[in-house]
Formats: sequence, structure tokens, C-alpha cells
Amino acid sequence: MGEVEEAVARAFREEWGRVVATLIRSTGDWDLAEECTQDAFARALERWPADGVPRNPGAWLTTTARNRAVDRLRRGARGAAKERELAMTTDPPPPVDPDDDEDAGVTDERLRLLFTCCHPALPLEARVALTLRTLTGLSTEEIARAFLVPEPTMAQRLVRAKRKIRHAAIPYRVPPGHQLQERLPGVLAVVYLLFNAGYAASTGDALVRTDLTGEAIRLARTLVDLMPDEPEAQGLLALLLLHDARRPARTDAAGELVPLEAQDRSQWVRAGIDEGVEFLDSALRRHQPGPYQIQAAIAACHATATTAAETDWVQIAALYAELGRHVPSATVELNRAVALAMAAGPAAGLAVVDRLEADGALDGYHLLPATQADLLRRLGRHDEAAAAYRRALALDPSAAEVRYLERRLTEVTTDA
Amino acid sequence: MRYLLLICTPEMDDEAQFDQDVVKMNDDYGAFMAEMGPRGVLQGGERLRPTVDATSVRVRDGEVLATDGPFAETKEQIGGYFLVDCADLDEAIEVASKIPGAKGGTIEVRPVWEMEM
Repeated sequence: MGEVEEAVARAFREEWGRVVATLIRSTGDWDLAEECTQDAFARALERWPADGVPRNPGAWLTTTARNRAVDRLRRGARGAAKERELAMTTDPPPPVDPDDDEDAGVTDERLRLLFTCCHPALPLEARVALTLRTLTGLSTEEIARAFLVPEPTMAQRLVRAKRKIRHAAIPYRVPPGHQLQERLPGVLAVVYLLFNAGYAASTGDALVRTDLTGEAIRLARTLVDLMPDEPEAQGLLALLLLHDARRPARTDAAGELVPLEAQDRSQWVRAGIDEGVEFLDSALRRHQPGPYQIQAAIAACHATATTAAETDWVQIAALYAELGRHVPSATVELNRAVALAMAAGPAAGLAVVDRLEADGALDGYHLLPATQADLLRRLGRHDEAAAAYRRALALDPSAAEVRYLERRLTEVTTDA
Repeated sequence: MRYLLLICTPEMDDEAQFDQDVVKMNDDYGAFMAEMGPRGVLQGGERLRPTVDATSVRVRDGEVLATDGPFAETKEQIGGYFLVDCADLDEAIEVASKIPGAKGGTIEVRPVWEMEM
């Protein structure tokens, strides 16, 4: 790639979201904002080789996109467009307004955009898609591929979401103080979901999937930059960095899932772990623990253990118990059971799993019998283990999990 | 921006329970009106008789068909509504969350389809 192409690509990664966000703010038209931003990048590819890369690519792109929007609105004959043109040309440019009364001092356009994309009035799938499309500039086709849906379905999802923003008057802003605390978890959840879609993928286009984890980490970084006082944002970034650092060791050469204890720890990315731990420590110093910080702390326990045997399972079991106090959930309890089994022996873990089974909250979830099976196997109760592996297999786990469970099933049935 | 807030709550069929609750409910709605009235968001609103008193009307092939009951049999039914004028959806959500029926019931927030003049 030539120097200029590289500069454009970098500007795309760094500036796309900001330019779109600024344009949405000044035109109120999401489609127009996206199209004009796209045009501005096309123009950059034309102009920069001859004129040189501008000192402030973001400002150049924003100005170019805005001029394009004014141009298009002038040519558009529709009444509404005329009105917007008027608003654009008569109002002082609104994008950099330091005295915005609603936003309590936070005026970064991307944050406004992110909170709007993640508004709870939009369906969850649309929040994720809209965030990717507008903030990271992924094309509809790329997003469709990443989420394994046909492109027209994804396009429809985006159109509907944008329409609802307009028709239901979803405000384009960062919610004020009291609402911010209600809305932030929803934003963090979308970023985490994005990451998981890329991370947990056992199918689909591997390349695009990897991009998703990268985009999620970039969004989390942006959130940390923009909301430095939110320890949960730092906690999320730490969590993503720590998970991502282990990615090279998660699958073997054949693409098989490698369980944590069997992973080659020398393949873990040291720099990612260090950075994750750093963000986690910085978050924890604020003494406002939350679910993402706790999950990051658990991930850090794993990531900083030199060998699987040295994992501090007592600490991990305690962290899961703490997580359960913040977000009571049967899956958290199942994870605690696994940690407890490691800390205090399989029998202790099995008691918790059996209680969960009796509870019924995880009925139909394959990881319940799968965990039960592993613990029974470790206790040498092979017949019961085999029965549990079969129950797990009957619950339609992913292909990689099926292979793992079948391997274990063979193990306990031939050993017996 | 106008929104219709539909108050969907489980219908009470026990008369005694109903009488007891109605006092509390009147107080709660009184407090809601006292807050929203001066704020100027309320454009209208009424409580509705239960669906046993409802009649559903359809015209099919030019024929008027009137039947007993609501248009759909569901556990929660529309028990009342408010028409509000709010700055945006966030304000409408905030107003909806303060309707007493939101506790235990559901408020459906529907933007009014404004006619272009």
C-alpha cells in the first residue's frame, strides 16, 4: 500500500465515526451523513496523492463532507431538505459546541452517536448493526457477513432503525447525568456483544469476525477516552484486551477449540495482557466495582497465571460469587461451580451444579450437563459422566463443542 | 413531538380487590397529574372501562359486525391513555415511567403520526 493509501486507510479507521457523527448532528439526516462521508473519503483518495495528506485529515474530511452535504441539499428540491439546508447555512456550525447544556461537558460527537445507536428503544440487533455501520464504517455487506444474515436483511435492519430514530424522535445526544448511569450499561453491552460475535465465532467469515473484535476494542478505547471517570468502561476495555490476548492459543492448527488449561501460554500476547491489567488496576482504584471490572479481574487471574496449575482458583471462585451479587444469574453460578471444583475439588463444584440443575433455570443449556459430565469424570463416576455427556450432546452445542464432548464421551466409555 | 401513552395493565376481575385498589390508584394518578399538569406535557388522557364493556366493530363486505369484547384477548389490556407532548422519546419514556400503571403493567409509547400540512 502506498503512503497516501495508508494515510486514507488510517483516517478511515480514526476519523470515519467522528465525521459521520458531526454530519448527523448538522444535517439530522443519517443517510446523507453516511453518503457524504463516503464521498469525502473517495475525494481524499483523489486529492491527497496530488495535494499531499492534509495536516489535520479529520478536519479536511469533515469540511469536505459538509460541503458535499450542503451541495446535495441545495440540489435537492424537497421541502424538508430545503429546511435543513437553511438550518445548516444560517446556524453557526453546531458540531463543536463547548457549551452544550445537555451533555454535562462531554461533547465528543462519537459519544453522542454511540449513545443514540445504543438507545434501548432500538432492537438489540439493530443497535449492534447501527453502531458498526455509523461508528466504524463497516459496510452493510461486511456487517451482514459478520452476523451471517443475508445483506438485504441487514440493510432492512439498518433502514428500520434509522427510521425509528426519526419517527420516534430518539434524541441525538449523550443522556444527562441521571440517565447516563441507566444507559451506559446498555452501551457497554453492545460493545461487548460486538466483541463476542467476533470472538466466539465457530462459523462464518473468519477475517470479518476478527475485525469485529478489533472494532469492539477500538470502541471500548474510545469510550475510555471519552468517559475517563467511568471505571466500568475501563473494566470493559480491560476485559476485551485480556480475552483478545489469549486468542492465538484458543484454537489449534486444525481449528479445534483448545480449553484454557491446555492452551500454550507462550502464545498469549504479553503486551495485551499487560495493557489489560493496567486498565483493570486503574479502574479498581476507583473503588466502584461493577460486572465488567469483576469479569476483567477473573480474566486477569487466568492471564497472569504462568501455568494452568498455578491459577488462583480460590480467588476466581470468590470473584464469581461477587459477580453473582452484581448480576445474579445461573450462568455466573455455573462458572463459580467450575472455579470451586478447581479450588476445592470436583465434589464441591458438583454440589453447586446439581443445585443449579434442580433449580431448572439452565434447562436446555448444554454447558450444564457438559460441566456436570466433566466433574463426574474427574470423580471417576464414568457411567454417570457418560450419561451427562450424552445429555449435553443432545442439546445442540456448536460443532467444535460436539467434537470435544464426543472425545470425552469416548474416553469415559472406553475407560470404564 | 406527540406520543400516545397506552396504559396496558392486567385487568382485575375480583370486585373486592378492585374496590380496595381503586382508592390507592386514584391517589397515585392524582400525584402523577399534579406533577405532569404544571409541566405542560399532558394534552389529554382518560381512564377506560374494562374490556367486558368493550365492543369491537368490523366492516366486512359492507356489513357492520359488532362483537362483544376487546380486539384481542390478552392478559394485559389498555386501561387508559395519556396524550403527551414531549421534547423527544427520552422525555416520553420518563413521563411513561411515572404513570402508576407502569408498575406491574406496561406503557406502550407510540409516536403520533403527524400529518404533513
